[in-house]
Amino acid sequence: MIAQLFSLTTLIGVLTAGIRLATPYLYATIGETLGQRSGLVNLGVDGIMLMGAYAAFFVTFKTGNLVLGLLVATMVGGLLGLVMAFFSVTLRAEQGITGIGVYLFGLGMSNLLFRKTLGTVETVSGFPPIHIPFLSDIPVLGPIFFSHNILVYGAFALVPVSWFLLNKTTLGLKIRAVGDNPKAADSLGVSVAGVRYFTEIVGGMLEGIAGASLSIALLNVFQENLTSGMGFIAVALVYFGGWRSVGALAGAILFSMVNALQLWLQVIGIRIPPDFAIMMPYVLTIVVLAFTAQRVRAPAALSKPFERGEG
Amino acid sequence: MRGIVKRFPGVLANDRIDFDVRAGEIHALLGENGAGKTTLMNILYGLYRPDQGQILLNGRAVAIHSPADAIRLGIGMIHQHFMLVPTLSVAENVALGLPSSRGFLLDLDVVTRRIRELSNVYGLRVDPTAMVWQLAVGEQQRVEILKALYRGADLLILDEPTAVLTPQEVRELFATLRRMAGEGHSLIFISHKLHEVLSISDRVTVLRDGRVVKTLPTSEATREELARLMVGREVLLRVERSPVELGDVRLSLKDLWAHGDKGVPALRGVTLAVRAGEILGIAGVSGNGQRELAEVIAGLRTPSQGQVEIDGMDTTGWSPERLLKHGLAYIPEERMRDGVVRDFSVEENLILKDHVDRPFASGIFMNFGTIASYADRLIENFDIRTPSRDAPLKNLSGGNIQKIVLARELSREPRVLVAAQPTRGVDISATEYIHQRLIAQRAKGTATLLISEDLDEILNLSDRIAVMYEGQIVGVVDQREATVEQLGLMMAGAHKV
Ligand SMILES: Nc1ncnc2c1ncn2[C@@H]1O[C@H](COP(=O)(O)OP(=O)(O)OP(=O)(O)O)[C@@H](O)[C@H]1O
Ligand SMILES: [Mg+2]
Repeated sequence: MIAQLFSLTTLIGVLTAGIRLATPYLYATIGETLGQRSGLVNLGVDGIMLMGAYAAFFVTFKTGNLVLGLLVATMVGGLLGLVMAFFSVTLRAEQGITGIGVYLFGLGMSNLLFRKTLGTVETVSGFPPIHIPFLSDIPVLGPIFFSHNILVYGAFALVPVSWFLLNKTTLGLKIRAVGDNPKAADSLGVSVAGVRYFTEIVGGMLEGIAGASLSIALLNVFQENLTSGMGFIAVALVYFGGWRSVGALAGAILFSMVNALQLWLQVIGIRIPPDFAIMMPYVLTIVVLAFTAQRVRAPAALSKPFERGEG
Repeated sequence: MRGIVKRFPGVLANDRIDFDVRAGEIHALLGENGAGKTTLMNILYGLYRPDQGQILLNGRAVAIHSPADAIRLGIGMIHQHFMLVPTLSVAENVALGLPSSRGFLLDLDVVTRRIRELSNVYGLRVDPTAMVWQLAVGEQQRVEILKALYRGADLLILDEPTAVLTPQEVRELFATLRRMAGEGHSLIFISHKLHEVLSISDRVTVLRDGRVVKTLPTSEATREELARLMVGREVLLRVERSPVELGDVRLSLKDLWAHGDKGVPALRGVTLAVRAGEILGIAGVSGNGQRELAEVIAGLRTPSQGQVEIDGMDTTGWSPERLLKHGLAYIPEERMRDGVVRDFSVEENLILKDHVDRPFASGIFMNFGTIASYADRLIENFDIRTPSRDAPLKNLSGGNIQKIVLARELSREPRVLVAAQPTRGVDISATEYIHQRLIAQRAKGTATLLISEDLDEILNLSDRIAVMYEGQIVGVVDQREATVEQLGLMMAGAHKV
């Protein structure tokens, strides 16, 4: 029996689950990376994910339209990103506190709405898997990489797309400049506030999608505190990934694999407290930062509000 | 600009200023540190809003609310404190904010090619692919100039662009500026170096305490006249040095090697000794290892080989803290980055290095009374223009920030002093005072290593002069025998003749 648990099928199962689980982390981490590259810290990721998850689930549950659900989740996320940007860019509020505010709002609001509009845990049928012709027929690799739903593919596609945006476009250059020396960017006529609003809104949209990926693509349920802190893990993964898209990918995969492994360990009866799993990305982040601190630097203007003509 | 008024808390930085620039003119703006030059230019560039007054461009009143507005109106500015993003490459810094030839895609290859062309035409050597944080200050200044040339403004403001350039680079820059003026561009040029102002400008406006003292054609101006207008009294342009009895060797460098930021050796076997009561000048074009030399002595850079000895003790690898307790004072070249905490007050910056020691602290308590009177004394002696001792440092003018570092380091009664470009960016009366202090310190037996690109300064102050070239000392000459020509040759790499 033990032998069976170590069989190829189980291995494929764990790896497939690992890839699937990376999805919400990828969306959220890349969303947060965009914001941080422009100098904004958003600790409200988890709250935005919860609102996105709820919105996607509710709309899908009522209309049966998955695309509409996803769209609404994206909009809700973008709206919360806008709120976050208004506080930290326009009002120059302390970003850490604003983020916690957004988190608590998202947590409370999604709970309230859940109780008022759904009441019990319901299910929907989420985005179906898309088997990519030929590729999904490859033994072992096929099921692991090429038999997922659209949101999983989207998350992985986001890695090169966000890399391209940051490094190959004029907008990306502005984002990087604003995050490192907003004064310099401002002196060249770049709108610091404009860039930061953009990254925070797009980041919020991606975090909304991260939530939706849980409620209408992976788990297909909504319940109170569905994310249970995933958004905070995503924030840690931004640091882990050194503010880079590829780093975010590495972090998300590593973490979701560890998670999948831990689930599997529980299945075969080796119990480890789930709290350890939640600690894992933080511990890994600290370890990685401790060893790479010299090469990886946070954007210099991170969490500092910008005001022109301040000497 | 008509009747410009700008008030900051506790300071009237610009007081009803009228200032105009003609097409094709190079107009110099002169004034002591804190006179209000940068403030006026920041208003013109949309970084500050004036409290009163208006700006006319080609006879039409314009509203400039942001740098974006200024850029649209054809105004460019080279800032006194560099506006560069250190984590980006030179080309990226130049391309920032500009439309790309490929729409939303970056066209760095095109930008790189243009930069190479411009640097050839204007004699501004920079590697467009280098990261800005790796560049020496002189190179950063060239990037700032390139940025402005690339954009091609009709009215270009240059706020102390020559402070960190070598004499050759200044000549090349001046040729560029003349050419631009000839093509009809207008230029505003700020500098504390009077000979530069006299050689490049068509007219000069002198500011003092936020007011225009006088605007005059350069052809009618003399050095002495300009100095008097700026300061309001006669200024000594030379210092008196009396002979001093030399003591023991205080600072000794033995075959020092060290890597620069780009990973190539920047110091290649430097051996020098400075004795008590001696000023040893280090002449050389910047980027030949001076910065690394200073950093190694100050404990900020680890040498790959060789020894530093202070008072006969091997201090190689000591922490900066231990070194400063041991009597080392250090005036860093990049004072904004290495010398001050921008968000601290003037007073806190003045006691930064000694804040844990008597008389400023007893045990864990700070003696605020002592600190305050000490700060007031330094502010007075060094003529630091600040609304008060607890004003945030970042609100001071560029030259006054420089003075804070100088005041702190010179007042620590050091046994060994490493001074890198001590008068860069400070006005003539402050230069005069700093020179006097260096000489006074010498009389008290401090061993001073004076690193400077200003040959006049080196010749005026030093007892001996060592010339650095490509990380090596190419020769040491006695001040009495040294000539500008000879030093110039050695700086270009010729060995002692
Ligand atoms: N943002 C600010 N907040 C408060 N005070 C300021 C600010 N900027 C400048 N000041 C004050 O305004 C006065 C003029 O400063 P400014 O920078 O224009 O001088 P400057 O002529 O350029 O001097 P320097 O030669 O030292 O660069 C100074 O007293 C300075 O302390
Ligand atoms: Mg200035």
